[in-house]
Amino acid sequence: MNKIDIINKVAEEMKLNQKVAKMAVDTIVDTIKKAIVNSERVEIRGFGSFTLRNYKAYKGRNPKTGELVDVQPKKLPYFKVGKELKEMIWKD
Amino acid sequence: MTKIEIVTNVYEKLGFSKRECADIVDKFFEVIKETLANGENVKISGFGNFIVKQKKARRGRNPQTGDEIEIAKRKVLNYRLSQVLKDAINDK
Repeated sequence: MNKIDIINKVAEEMKLNQKVAKMAVDTIVDTIKKAIVNSERVEIRGFGSFTLRNYKAYKGRNPKTGELVDVQPKKLPYFKVGKELKEMIWKD
Repeated sequence: MTKIEIVTNVYEKLGFSKRECADIVDKFFEVIKETLANGENVKISGFGNFIVKQKKARRGRNPQTGDEIEIAKRKVLNYRLSQVLKDAINDK
């Protein structure tokens, strides 16, 4: 399922036109993205939370050539799945 | 950041009632959750992919008592960051 499928499903179930549903979905995704970029923790109850983690510089290898390369320090978001969603996926 | 701020942004964008906007935001997460619960992956372009992975059963240990226990096969959720968001976070 991709973003368009989500938009269509939200439109159908909330009885919205597709354009409005797209605006809503884009706003939701953009809001979360902006918060993550600003190092803000995002918590959605029942779904999960995003936190930005800092990673130090390290020496890595180019997996193709085996060449030693310097990897710059970076920030990556970490997603922790919420309890409710975890249990929904877990079973069966 | 929590869902309330997302709802506020949707409210400012769409001009619907706060109640309706809250329902739309809830529906968005519900659609994603149900898809993942069915074992289907969710891709949100520019944000990342949510991937359901099947884990095999394995032997583990209770770290407190040291007793060997069977860890049942289960499904877990992985989040894979989009390159676009990764670059936005690391100011590229």
